[in-house]
Amino acid sequence: MKCDFCDTKATVFLTQLVEGEMKKICLCNACAKERGVTDPTGFSLADLLLGGLPGGPGLAIGNPTTVSSGGKKCPSCGFTMDDLKKVRRFGCSECYGTFSDEVGQMLRGMHKGATHIGKVPEGLMANQIRTQRLEELRSRLDQAIAAESYEEAAGIRDEIRTLDEVNH
Amino acid sequence: MRFATLIKHPADWMTGGHGSHGAVLTSRIRLARNLRHHPFPGWAKREQRATALGVMRPAIEALAVMKDAFSHELDDLSSVQKQVLVERHLISREHAARGHGSAAVIERRQSFSLMINEEDHLRMQAIRPGLQLSAAFEALSALDSELEKSLEFAFDASLGYLTTCPTNLGTGLRASAMLHLPGLVLSDQIGQVLQAVNKIGLAVRGLYGEGTESLGNLYQISNQSTLGESEEMIIRRLERVISQVASHEQNAREKLLEDDPAMVADKVGRAYGVLRHAHIIDSKEALNHLSLLRLGGNLEFFPRETVLLCDALLMDIQPAHLQLHAGSKLSPEERDCSRAEILRSRLHSLESPDIGTSLKGNSEPLDHSNPENT
Repeated sequence: MKCDFCDTKATVFLTQLVEGEMKKICLCNACAKERGVTDPTGFSLADLLLGGLPGGPGLAIGNPTTVSSGGKKCPSCGFTMDDLKKVRRFGCSECYGTFSDEVGQMLRGMHKGATHIGKVPEGLMANQIRTQRLEELRSRLDQAIAAESYEEAAGIRDEIRTLDEVNH
Repeated sequence: MRFATLIKHPADWMTGGHGSHGAVLTSRIRLARNLRHHPFPGWAKREQRATALGVMRPAIEALAVMKDAFSHELDDLSSVQKQVLVERHLISREHAARGHGSAAVIERRQSFSLMINEEDHLRMQAIRPGLQLSAAFEALSALDSELEKSLEFAFDASLGYLTTCPTNLGTGLRASAMLHLPGLVLSDQIGQVLQAVNKIGLAVRGLYGEGTESLGNLYQISNQSTLGESEEMIIRRLERVISQVASHEQNAREKLLEDDPAMVADKVGRAYGVLRHAHIIDSKEALNHLSLLRLGGNLEFFPRETVLLCDALLMDIQPAHLQLHAGSKLSPEERDCSRAEILRSRLHSLESPDIGTSLKGNSEPLDHSNPENT
């Protein structure tokens, strides 16, 4: 029998009652260790089933002590995983990208939802719309040049220039 | 604007009208924002904090609404001055504790206050009298949109506004109202009501926010979740709950007057006696008696304007306000004397509670209403 997480031969077999249903899980030695299965106090099959199986929803969250931090460090501000564990806050806005896995775990149950609904900075919206428009114009310009309709191309080029100027 | 000029007058929201029978004192909206490309204040080095301040402060001071505003670095304020701002809810306790690189810009009528380099780069606040969360939000959101034109805020399409602490992600919005609930406290219903509020995911706190005890029957109710709901949804839900609590309070007051008018009269009368004649009174005792005097005002035992007088006194008898008034540092014992003096002088012309006429028509004459007490 193969491990549920990788293709290695399974050596650890677990059966547990989860929400009134009998659940079975097969693990190889390495996967069992990584997920803290060898430590009976910190292991819950529910966590594995709900969050950890390949293709399953959410993030793998075994015994928190066994989640490997990978020594991550924010390239922008130097904030590390240890700092995060200590203060439960972040060093800069880039940290949310650096520690995106941890953010996902921290956000569980913290708020009504996991995705922002509400105000978006107007400037940012305008920027996004402008970027989109610029992309559109550039592809039209390429088409116009390819079709050798130079008059149209010149018009598009002028439009791109005006939009670009607003940007600066 | 100088500190003395800012503080000389009570804030607009302290003297404004009160809806909902006076149970809701103030509505407050707070938005958390951070700059892109700058480390958050708690992680930033001294000079990085100063750089961020240098970016934000001119942009804020340039806002039309901030004309003639109070704008100072916290380093330039004395500890009493900072404490006065905390007592007025214009800056947070956390902000007052921060030194170099932090500043406060406060609109001259104290309706908006912006904390620079608090836990987040920017904590913006709008305060309004009564239950006006939507109006306060609209005003603050307009200010925020104005600032956006000159400052680039950290924003992520899926996580919303990025904040130092993930508990504020998304809208960065904390909406709260200060409620005066003596009726629910006196009728022992407060625990039940607050538990229900808690159960639907709202936070209940004391007078000065997180970790403070409830004094003077004052409670703050606020949202906890900031992500996954729009600002309007958060505010609408909160306003609905607060109106319900305010109407429970009103019912509790009516029922108390009906069931036990002697008890109510006794509480208000004793509070009046102590406040009018005490010579040494600590903060806690004063707040609790003022709460009952305020209730007396709501119940028309006193002239209507007594409620506003109580609201002003709630602020003026706090430790830093007393020391500002005295012009010097005061020991706790000296404060208790000075507090009693202020209370006696401000309540000097307040006549004894007119309990007889107020209760007429509401219930039987006092001496028959509760035989056990006679």
